[in-house]
Amino acid sequence: MVHAYSLEGYNILLDVNSGLVHVVDEIVLNIIGTINQDIEEGKLSSSCPEIDVSEYSKRVLSETDLKEEDVLEALSEIRELIGQDALYTKDIYEPQLPKVHARQSVIKAMCLHIAHDCNLACKYCFAEGGEYHSHDRSLMSFETGKKALDFLVENSGARINLEVDFFGGEPLMNFDVVKQLVAYGRSIEKEKNKNFRFTLTTNAVLLNDEIGEFLNREMANVVLSIDGRKEVNDRMRVTRGGKGSYDMIVPKIQRFVKQRGDKDHYIRGTFTRYNLDFTNDIQEFLDLGFENLSIEPVVTTADYGIREEDLPQIMEEYEKLARLYIDRRVEGRPFTFFHFMIDLDQGPCVIKRLSGCGSGTEYIAVTPKGEIYPCHQFVGQEEFIIGNVDEGILNNDIPDQFRNASVYTKDKCDQCFAKFYCSGGCPANSWNFSKDINKVYEIGCEMQKKRVECAIMIKAALAEREEHE
Amino acid sequence: MKHIKTLNKKSLQSTLKKGGCGECQTSCQSACKTSCTVGNQKCENKK
Repeated sequence: MVHAYSLEGYNILLDVNSGLVHVVDEIVLNIIGTINQDIEEGKLSSSCPEIDVSEYSKRVLSETDLKEEDVLEALSEIRELIGQDALYTKDIYEPQLPKVHARQSVIKAMCLHIAHDCNLACKYCFAEGGEYHSHDRSLMSFETGKKALDFLVENSGARINLEVDFFGGEPLMNFDVVKQLVAYGRSIEKEKNKNFRFTLTTNAVLLNDEIGEFLNREMANVVLSIDGRKEVNDRMRVTRGGKGSYDMIVPKIQRFVKQRGDKDHYIRGTFTRYNLDFTNDIQEFLDLGFENLSIEPVVTTADYGIREEDLPQIMEEYEKLARLYIDRRVEGRPFTFFHFMIDLDQGPCVIKRLSGCGSGTEYIAVTPKGEIYPCHQFVGQEEFIIGNVDEGILNNDIPDQFRNASVYTKDKCDQCFAKFYCSGGCPANSWNFSKDINKVYEIGCEMQKKRVECAIMIKAALAEREEHE
Repeated sequence: MKHIKTLNKKSLQSTLKKGGCGECQTSCQSACKTSCTVGNQKCENKK
């Protein structure tokens, strides 16, 4: 399968099964369009098609005013790439699924719900103010957290790197236990031959120098939530009394980011249909001195949720963001945007790309009560409890369902060019919108596809600039 | 080539052989928490 598209003046071919990206001229783009049409109509094989030069040159020449010499040359190059397994390559991955499933038999990542309570009441919060549908505000005890870490170590097989994200609610509301658990984790690393990578996701309300110093020492990554412009942030991210949080959190985040230096962190915003012009929120982040950025579409059916009719504007906005991304790189003032960070040569192996996020298999969430869920997004939906930290995994049916879901079990993924970038998408989104983890959240898919197209275009644009320098 | 410029060299097929060590970051732990982007993760296979 070859995905051909034009963006910002670049004609791009993504050979889906090899992941190879080719930047081409109009002549090649034109010929690929004809080949793709024939594949779609079943006249040509989708992998390693036999291209009849004389037939295709005649057809292309009859439909365009291209020169014969150019068309023949382009056809020859296309055939050469097909011969080199660089275009229209075969999907050889499905037989690898048993290997993927075997890999997923160990747990390596945990979302630790250290606090089911929050000091903000963000209107779009999927955790419902930290209560997760339970109307039960609670903090995790050290004992429960310790059992969770022990459970992770015991179930992680030979994996060395273990990830633990302190999540909530607001994890800093239970900071003492965070500190105790980090100390406990560090104390067993050597003996167990593990490396804990602790991370923390916070709304920054309680951030201060003491906490900041600890986070900078112990956390491999810190995610700080803020939505961008004051009016955008304050519409959704409010205190329990209904007051906007921007003025309270901005100075704290600025100070923390400055102290954090080069260590990993993300400024993470959420956009809703109230701020579809979210590039302005990215610009706000940049103006505030933030450079490691992520902005995610809200996932909800509420009135501020993204609708199909919003997609054209969102597509334009991602293009605008991509232009800003390129411009700032060229000006020597780069920033990172989570979804544009595709490394075409050193990215994840195909086994990882087949296995998706690993929820319910490699990745689990643990609540303050010690219940185990497939991931943080299912917490509070009790039918998804798969075990607890005292007894371990008690329900294997749910993990098996997650393990067996892949780009090959989802109809919509079959012909999608982005399948090896999103790995079939977020199972929680699928469940929330379709009550079936083998379906997809189509609005999310459209946005994901656009982000992948933009990320690849950025590579093409930057490669061209490097060449000219 | 005159009409085609290839941006990357490493094909996904070539990652099959040594792939699957599982030491890389879980995608949802990095920043998103609400979507699934795997393509932007780093490979951490040290073998």
